[in-house]
Amino acid sequence: MTTNKFYNAIFAAGITFILACLMIGVKLDTEGTTLAVKGATTEQWMWIFGGIGVVFLSQLFSSQIDSLFGKMPKPKLGALLPEEKKMATLKPWLLAALITVMLIWPFMVSRGSVDLATLTLIYIMLGLGLNIVVGLAGLLDLGFVAFYAVGAYTYALLSEYFGMSFWACLPISAGLAALFGFLLGFPVLRLRGDYLAIVTLGFGEIIRILLNNWTAVTGGPNGISGIAKPTLFGLEFTRRAKEEGAETFHQYFDLSYSSSYKVIFLYLIAVLLVIFVVYLINRLMRMPIGRAWEALREDEIACRSLGLNRTAIKLSAFTIGASTAGFAGAFFAARQGFISPESFIFIESAIILAIVVLGGMGSQVGVILAAIVMTILPELAREFSEYRMLLFGLLMVLMMRWRPEGLVPMKRPHLELKQQ
Amino acid sequence: MSQLLLDVNGLTMRFGGLVAVNGVNLKVKNRQIVSIIGPNGAGKTTVFNCLSGFYIPTEGSVMLKNEQIAGLKDFQISRKGLVRTFQHVRLFQKMTVIENMLVAQHRHLNTNLLSGLFKTPNYRRLERDAMDKAMHWLKEVDLLEFANREAGNLAYGQQRRLEIARCMVTQPELLLLDEPAAGLNPNETKQLDELIIKLRDEHEISVLLIEHDMSLVMGISDHIYVIAQGTPLADGTPDEVKNNPDVIKAYLGEE
Amino acid sequence: MSEFSLYLLQQLINGLTIGSTYALIAIGYTMVYGIIGMINFAHGEIYMIGSYVTFIVIAGLVSMGVVSLPIILVIALIVAMFIASTYGWTVERVAYRPLRGSNRLIPLISAIGMSIFLQNYVVLSQGSRDVALPPQITGGWAFGDPSSFEVTLSYMQLMIFAMTFITMTVLTLFISRSRMGRACRACAEDLGMTNLLGINTNKIIALTFVIGAALAAIAGLLLGLYYGVVNPFVGFIAGLKAFTAAVLGGIGSIPGAVLGGLVLGVTEAMTAAFFPSEYKDVVAFSLLVTILLFRPSGLLGKPEIEKV
Repeated sequence: MTTNKFYNAIFAAGITFILACLMIGVKLDTEGTTLAVKGATTEQWMWIFGGIGVVFLSQLFSSQIDSLFGKMPKPKLGALLPEEKKMATLKPWLLAALITVMLIWPFMVSRGSVDLATLTLIYIMLGLGLNIVVGLAGLLDLGFVAFYAVGAYTYALLSEYFGMSFWACLPISAGLAALFGFLLGFPVLRLRGDYLAIVTLGFGEIIRILLNNWTAVTGGPNGISGIAKPTLFGLEFTRRAKEEGAETFHQYFDLSYSSSYKVIFLYLIAVLLVIFVVYLINRLMRMPIGRAWEALREDEIACRSLGLNRTAIKLSAFTIGASTAGFAGAFFAARQGFISPESFIFIESAIILAIVVLGGMGSQVGVILAAIVMTILPELAREFSEYRMLLFGLLMVLMMRWRPEGLVPMKRPHLELKQQ
Repeated sequence: MSQLLLDVNGLTMRFGGLVAVNGVNLKVKNRQIVSIIGPNGAGKTTVFNCLSGFYIPTEGSVMLKNEQIAGLKDFQISRKGLVRTFQHVRLFQKMTVIENMLVAQHRHLNTNLLSGLFKTPNYRRLERDAMDKAMHWLKEVDLLEFANREAGNLAYGQQRRLEIARCMVTQPELLLLDEPAAGLNPNETKQLDELIIKLRDEHEISVLLIEHDMSLVMGISDHIYVIAQGTPLADGTPDEVKNNPDVIKAYLGEE
Repeated sequence: MSEFSLYLLQQLINGLTIGSTYALIAIGYTMVYGIIGMINFAHGEIYMIGSYVTFIVIAGLVSMGVVSLPIILVIALIVAMFIASTYGWTVERVAYRPLRGSNRLIPLISAIGMSIFLQNYVVLSQGSRDVALPPQITGGWAFGDPSSFEVTLSYMQLMIFAMTFITMTVLTLFISRSRMGRACRACAEDLGMTNLLGINTNKIIALTFVIGAALAAIAGLLLGLYYGVVNPFVGFIAGLKAFTAAVLGGIGSIPGAVLGGLVLGVTEAMTAAFFPSEYKDVVAFSLLVTILLFRPSGLLGKPEIEKV
């Protein structure tokens, strides 16, 4: 028995060595015009042998390690919340408290924190939007970033060429993104799961390539800069008003200029948008369309036999998800002041997908938590920033292996028949 | 003379070289219970798939209330009044019984986004109506007490009844039941018996069923079609079919 | 022959060259999909690693003083195939096998995670910038009129054709004649049944990944030499295009993958001939969407009947 384990461990260690010996152990270096190889530093070889050692030992003692993990309790985040009945009465109070905190908090912390919070809110919006498509309707969309891009460029272009305000462009961005969602979804939604994934990925890439090459309109790789920031009823948050006669925020309220006002204002807009999206999704889940999404996810064939038009139902999820991305995109453009195709690469879609999957597909609370973790963790672990994507990929693989249902598994609101 | 509810002529289904259904003819009148029987693998479910639009028939005509439905998509045929169940119960397992009933009424509800978001009077009225209909049918099949239970948690016999109730709430005219008695004990089969008869007599629909349970079939059918290897073998009243030598040969083999 | 038709012939040759390499990578996708029904998202990265290993071995041997090019290339090929196969095996073992049987989404996400992991693994170990190798195989044939247009068929291109042809032949013989190959075909037809018949399907599935990885490594060597440059991100686009080729030809069919690869390569080359080359990639994706919409079973595939 132990000899078997021993051979396994040797085998695993050998595999690790093969994997690492050339790819990590040897470095390619361009010296002039020739390609030369350099052995890895001693430190790196230590890491390699350390890694081999870990693999060896973990294989040797695999059964002991497994039982150790088995004894550890699986974190039941859902169990942290009080039970249903109490939740129902507590909920409005909790929500009110949460919203109050969110509104007051930015005035008490540094600008950087508020800025980070705004970024988190953007990802929350994107995650919730994709959650509709992936979590609620069960459609794997790998090109979600395309709708994000549409929203961003719509605002950028409308603002630059027609001088339209942010608030006017917001619904237009969402609408145009929804239109793209409709046009994209219409032909492809009848495809099977993984094919749908690849096709949406392809579309995401097509949109990015088009944005990158249609220089005349989109500015190509240089993107669009100088995008106007949102105003509060016409009051700008800049040091000096852009045009003659326009007033700035601090002038109107007789305050001295501080860039914090702009940051806090943006944050508050983000909060507003997120609250709107959350409300929207909650309503949708309790409407016929939400039930249809769930039914479709459960058993498509049964749906067809009951007269449900699955294409129309899938399309609605796709379109609504896309419009949410459009919202986020417009806001993103407004916040950054500058956009380029670089912001809309496939990795973004993968990150948003990871947020939905890791959060627990379908679960809004889970998605919000996951978005917060995904945005804040890299900031906290600044020294590891170059390992960020590596760990991200690793996390996805590990989560699928050990907790595919996500942080907060979905708990659907069930329609209750109240007995008379 | 009652007009034909369903008139099927020369129904043929080919998969490449394999002929699964070969020239099947069926006639179903209003308020009739018609059964399709035949040895296993006879292509009976394929017939259902062709009738309900899950397959597009290679040849043949399917007339529902004098309207050609062969070639229409599954959900379109369902909306025209022909609904079906499946050999293995297909409920929305994780949804509650009442939610299953509501999803079935999807197209009778107000699916307009804005109406739902603002809870317009029309929206609320349609939801209430759907709820009432759902409750009515749950009462009919004796499942009202399980309304809030997850569909997957019901006993198999109850799931079968729920599947039928779910079909009925779509206000069909023709109900296709694929081996409804499979997996039911004698008691549940008797309940199913009574339910099907009730559907014909009180709710004025016709039922076309595929079954292997001979006592069920002989007991409640107005007309029986026998299909062997996709080809029509015989048809007639239960007595006629029971005594038909070809049918006996197909089931029991040669003497 | 007119200048225009000579130009087209050149594009055809170029297209077939690239197409052959797409075919090699596409086979990996199609074999895996045919046997366990999943898209190996990380396959493109295996190809990329094959390229890197090739560069490392070549540069290493050259710096050690080895002069004979054939020897260098043979060693590079063997080492690249070996290491890439190991990566392929490990990926299957670690990221896919434990998830077999769960709903489709989960292995796919694991695959995406694996792809991202491998890309960044190479970024960290080899740097994210382009790595260039001086051309190893130069020269070729030219015909046509030097004053108007010359069609060239480089030795490198010839080598690509030859290697692809040899590989295909070996693979076809293996699949159709050998016992293992038969087992592969059986698993692709009906995995459950094959398992019940006593064949160790885990081993066969692992073998499929290994074969796919080896082929990707060959493609990595060939394309690495052809383009002379590699970076950690070449796997992504190459992978998508190879997958397009596999679907185009009919997913699950090896001849289909070859046909799809060639068709895709030629279509791309023809597009690049008349439009700005950035739009080349758009062609591949558009082709993918079109095929999936109008003939999802691909050129050589059989239409799938949905069992109700």
